[in-house]
Amino acid sequence: MSSISGIEPVPSKPLGTAAQLSVALPVLAVLLASAIFAAFVALSGQNPATVFGLIVQGGFGSSFAWQDTLSRAAPLVLVGLAVAIPAQAGLVIIGGEGALVLGGLAGAVVTLPFAGVHALPMQLLMLLAGALIGGLWFGLAGVLRQYRGVNETISSLLLSYIGIAVFHHLTEGMLRDPASLDKPSTHPIDPSYMLPTLPGVGVHAGLAVSLLLAIAAHVVLRYTRWGFALRVVGGSARVARMIGLAVNRWILGASVVAGGMAGIAGAIEVAAVQGTANSSLIVGYGYSGILVAFLARHQPLAIVAVALLIGGMQASASLLQRRLGLPDATMLVFQGLIFVCVLVADAIAQQLRETTRR
Amino acid sequence: MDATSIGWLALPLAILGGAIRVSTPFIFVSIGELITEKSGRINLGLEGTLMLGAMAGYAISYLSGSPWLGVLSAGLAGMAFGFLHGLLCSVKRVNDTAIGISLIVLGTGLAFFLGKPLIEPKAPPLPSIALGFWSSVPQVRAALDVNALFFVGIALAFAVYVFLNRTGCGLMLRTVGDSEDAARALGFPVLRVRIIATMAGGFLAGIGGSFLSLSYPGSWSEGLSSGQGIMAVALVIFARWRSINALGASLLFGGAGALGPALQGIGVTGYYYLFNAAPYILTLAIMVASTSRAAPFADAPGELKLHR
Repeated sequence: MSSISGIEPVPSKPLGTAAQLSVALPVLAVLLASAIFAAFVALSGQNPATVFGLIVQGGFGSSFAWQDTLSRAAPLVLVGLAVAIPAQAGLVIIGGEGALVLGGLAGAVVTLPFAGVHALPMQLLMLLAGALIGGLWFGLAGVLRQYRGVNETISSLLLSYIGIAVFHHLTEGMLRDPASLDKPSTHPIDPSYMLPTLPGVGVHAGLAVSLLLAIAAHVVLRYTRWGFALRVVGGSARVARMIGLAVNRWILGASVVAGGMAGIAGAIEVAAVQGTANSSLIVGYGYSGILVAFLARHQPLAIVAVALLIGGMQASASLLQRRLGLPDATMLVFQGLIFVCVLVADAIAQQLRETTRR
Repeated sequence: MDATSIGWLALPLAILGGAIRVSTPFIFVSIGELITEKSGRINLGLEGTLMLGAMAGYAISYLSGSPWLGVLSAGLAGMAFGFLHGLLCSVKRVNDTAIGISLIVLGTGLAFFLGKPLIEPKAPPLPSIALGFWSSVPQVRAALDVNALFFVGIALAFAVYVFLNRTGCGLMLRTVGDSEDAARALGFPVLRVRIIATMAGGFLAGIGGSFLSLSYPGSWSEGLSSGQGIMAVALVIFARWRSINALGASLLFGGAGALGPALQGIGVTGYYYLFNAAPYILTLAIMVASTSRAAPFADAPGELKLHR
C-alpha cells in the first residue's frame, strides 16, 4: 500500500521469485501436513494410501459425495467471510459460532406468525432476520473495541459462548415447541418456506446465496473504494484518520457485515437443512470458519475453494468411519495439521517477500 | 428429602461445593496462561491442551492404575503442546491468534482420536479429602469432599507469586514480557524464556485437563471441557496478571458456574443456561469496566499485544 494520495485500489505487483515462493510454500505446507498425517495414520495401524483414497472418494468421488461436500461448503464460505471481512480492517473476530446460532434462531422464528404466505418473501425474511441478529452480535464486539478498548478477539469469543447460552435458553424455554421431546427445538417452519433445491445440482439454494455473497465480497473488497478504505483502516488507523476516513464507522460496518454473514449461514442451515432451530446448529461451523479464512488468506474467492476442500474433508469422515472404523476426529487432526503448517509457511513467505522488497 | 432439613442452606452449600469443583481446572489453566502471558506471549490454544491433558491423564491412569501418574503424563502432554506453540510462535510474522486456534483443532482432534477407546473403561480417579467428616448432614459432606488437586492449585498460586516476585528467574520472565529491548540489552535469551514459559503454561493446563477426567465425574468423554481453556485468557485479564488474584478469580468463576446446577438442585430450572453463561458475562463486564481507550490495562505485560 504505497500510494495513499488517491483512494484507488492498488493491485499488488508480482515479485518474481518471491511471488512464486508465496504460492509454492503453502502447497509445500499442505504436502508436509499430509506427510505428517500419513505417518499418524500409519502409526494407528491403517494404510495411508487407503485413507487418502477414501478421503478423495468420500469428499469428491461421486455425485452424492459432491452434494454432501457442497452443502457443507455453503455455511463454511459464509463463516469464512465472517472472519475475512473484518480481517481486512485489521480485526480478528473469531466468535462466528454465536452469531451463526443466533442468526439461525432468528430465521427459525421470524416466519412462524405467517402461515400460507408466498414462499419467496418468507425465505428472504428468514435470511434477513439471520443477517440482522448476526450483525448485531458482531457489531457489539466492534462497539466494545472502538469505544471501550476491549480486545475484539476475546470479546467475540465470550459473546459467542453467551450467544450459545441464550440460544439454549430460548430453544429450551420460551421458544420451544412442546412437541419436540428428546431434542428441544423451536416450532418447525412451514415446509413450503424451505429453501428449494438447485436444479441439476441437488444442493439447496443456500449454496447459491453463499457463492453470490462471496463474489460480492470479492468485488467490493478488490474493486471499490470501500474495500480500499477498509484496508487503509486496517493498515493504520492514524493514516485513515489523516485522510478523513471515519475509522469507527468503518470498523463497525465491517463487524456488522461479517456478523451478518455468519447469521445468514445459520438462517440457511435452518431454512434449508434443519427446518427448525435446535442444538444441531452448534457443530463448530464458527470455528471451521476461522480455519477457512486463514487458509484462504482472507481472500473471498480463495475462501470458496478452501471451503470446498474442508467441506470435502468433513464429508469424507463418515466414509472413513464406516470403512476403516476411524473416528470422526481423524479429519480434525488432519485439519489441525494443515492449519498449523500453512500458517507457518505463510509467515515464512511474508518474511521472504519483505526481504526481497528491500 | 434431606434438603428440607437444612432449608435454604442447601443452596450456598451446593454453590460452595460446586465452586471448589468447577474452579480447580480454572486455577491450573489460568495460572498456566498467566505464566505464558508474563513472558509477553498469549496462548489461545489452551482449550486443545486441556482436552489433550484430560485424555492423556485418563489413559495413563487407566493403563498404570495410578491417577497421579496420569496427572503427570497429562502435564507432560500439555508441555509438549506448549513447546509446539512456543516454537511455532517464534517464527517471525506468524499470527499467534491463528496458531492458538489451530492448536485447539489439533489438540481436540488428537484427544478425540486417541481417546476413542477410553470412553468405556473406568480409570482409577484422583483421591478426595473428606473435609466434611465432622458433619452428619450429607450436603455438608458432599460440598466439603474436596479433591486433592484443589489444594495443589492453591499452593501453586502462592508458589507462582513467590517465583514471579522474589526470584531472579521470575524477574527475567517479567522483563522479557515487559520489554523485549530491555531483556535483550540485559542479555536474556528472549526466545528461550518465552518457549519455556509457554511450556510451563501447557504443563499446568494439561494438569487442569486431567482434573476434568480424573475427578468428578471421573470418566472420559468428548464433552468434558466447555471452553475453560478459552476462558483462561479472559480470566487472566480479570485477575490483572497476578497469580493470587487468578486463584480468587477461579473460585469466583467456579462459583458462577456452579450457580446454574445448584439452583437446578433446589428446583429453580428456568435459567440453567443463562447461569452457566454467568462467567462469560462476568468476564465481559469486567473487561468493559476495567478498560477504556484513555487508560489501557496498566498491569498488562508490555509486550502483550492484547490491547491497542
